[in-house]
Amino acid sequence: MFVLVVGGGKVGYYLTKELIESGHEVVLMEKDRVRADQIADEIGSVVIPHDGCEGKYLAEAGCNRADIVAAVTGDDEDNLVICQMAKHHFDVPRTIARVNNPKNESLFKHLGVDELISPTRMILGSIEQDIPVHELLHLAALGEGELELIEAHLQVGSPAIGKSSSELEIPDGCSLFAVIRNGVATPLRPETVLEEGDKVIAIGRTECEALLHEQLIGEGEGARAG
Amino acid sequence: MKTVIVGCGRVGAVLADTFDRAGHDVVVIDPSTRAFDRLPSSFGGSTVRGDGTDEDTLRRAGAENADLFISLTEGDNRNVMAAQLAHESLGARRVLAKINDPVRAEAYAHLGIATLCRTNMMSDAVNAWLGLPVPDRPAIMAPSDAHAGDDHEPVDGGTGGADAGSGTFPLGAGPAAARIAGDREV
Repeated sequence: MFVLVVGGGKVGYYLTKELIESGHEVVLMEKDRVRADQIADEIGSVVIPHDGCEGKYLAEAGCNRADIVAAVTGDDEDNLVICQMAKHHFDVPRTIARVNNPKNESLFKHLGVDELISPTRMILGSIEQDIPVHELLHLAALGEGELELIEAHLQVGSPAIGKSSSELEIPDGCSLFAVIRNGVATPLRPETVLEEGDKVIAIGRTECEALLHEQLIGEGEGARAG
Repeated sequence: MKTVIVGCGRVGAVLADTFDRAGHDVVVIDPSTRAFDRLPSSFGGSTVRGDGTDEDTLRRAGAENADLFISLTEGDNRNVMAAQLAHESLGARRVLAKINDPVRAEAYAHLGIATLCRTNMMSDAVNAWLGLPVPDRPAIMAPSDAHAGDDHEPVDGGTGGADAGSGTFPLGAGPAAARIAGDREV
């Protein structure tokens, strides 16, 4: 398998090394001459010291016969262009792009990049798994920090589900004022019956939070929210 | 007409001023506020500080459904990405990117965005001035009708620019008809 790697940063360097070790034919393109020489000294003459975004150099690197092009530079726009050029200009069957800004993922997919690797997204996903979902979400601090805008996502186990808001024991100095249901925000009226999946928006003094937690999320975890 | 220009360099600033004087709604985007010093004090459009390859910035600048989107930064790839974002994600109608690498410029014209290649334009101009043969190619390579442009109802009846100059945009020809002025009568 002939793999063309573009971008000789840490990712490109280790990728090239591993690919060579597993017996593939590899060419690495790195536009910074010093960096390119440094890598070439270590792993041999598989490095082309030119910009892999430039059509001329892609052609010289044998892009048209590559089975896979992996664009792993630190710049999303470069990775996009490398993959598009490989795909549409050199008919490379498989293109892989590193994407740093998760918001670019859908554009890259839409524009025909075959595979996206997003380190940001992966780390984010890993962090989010560790955050308990049964928590109040702090949206903003108001006044001089003594008031908070809080969102409570009602999930299974919440004592508030099936109750109208007037039935809840809302602590003094705290007010529930809106509910977001299916993406639509409406004012919370005393007769509004809360449902699973609702997001209740509250404003209140910071010390009310434990009680609010108990009412909207459920007992047992109140201490953690405080 | 709503126009967004990414990159407030010399060309960007001149175009922004021209469009503004012609009465169009102009927004210029540049990551450096100092770049906006190139605009004349009479400039009546707006300026947005930010990265033109960032979708949020483009939305903030009002690139959504813009009639004209021109990307003129120093980075070919930034221009490509900004233009594709505007075209594919934000529904900008007519999109132009400066791409100085001739290979990329041609490739992207086939992929649906109009491209302007300084390398080709300048070498053609020099050759023409010297009386040497000049390749027959437009200064701006436009996507063919088979590609994008069809999906976004171009402002003046077709990206092919067949009836150049008669559209709602008074500043001249459709992209396919644009050539280095006067140098070459084929």
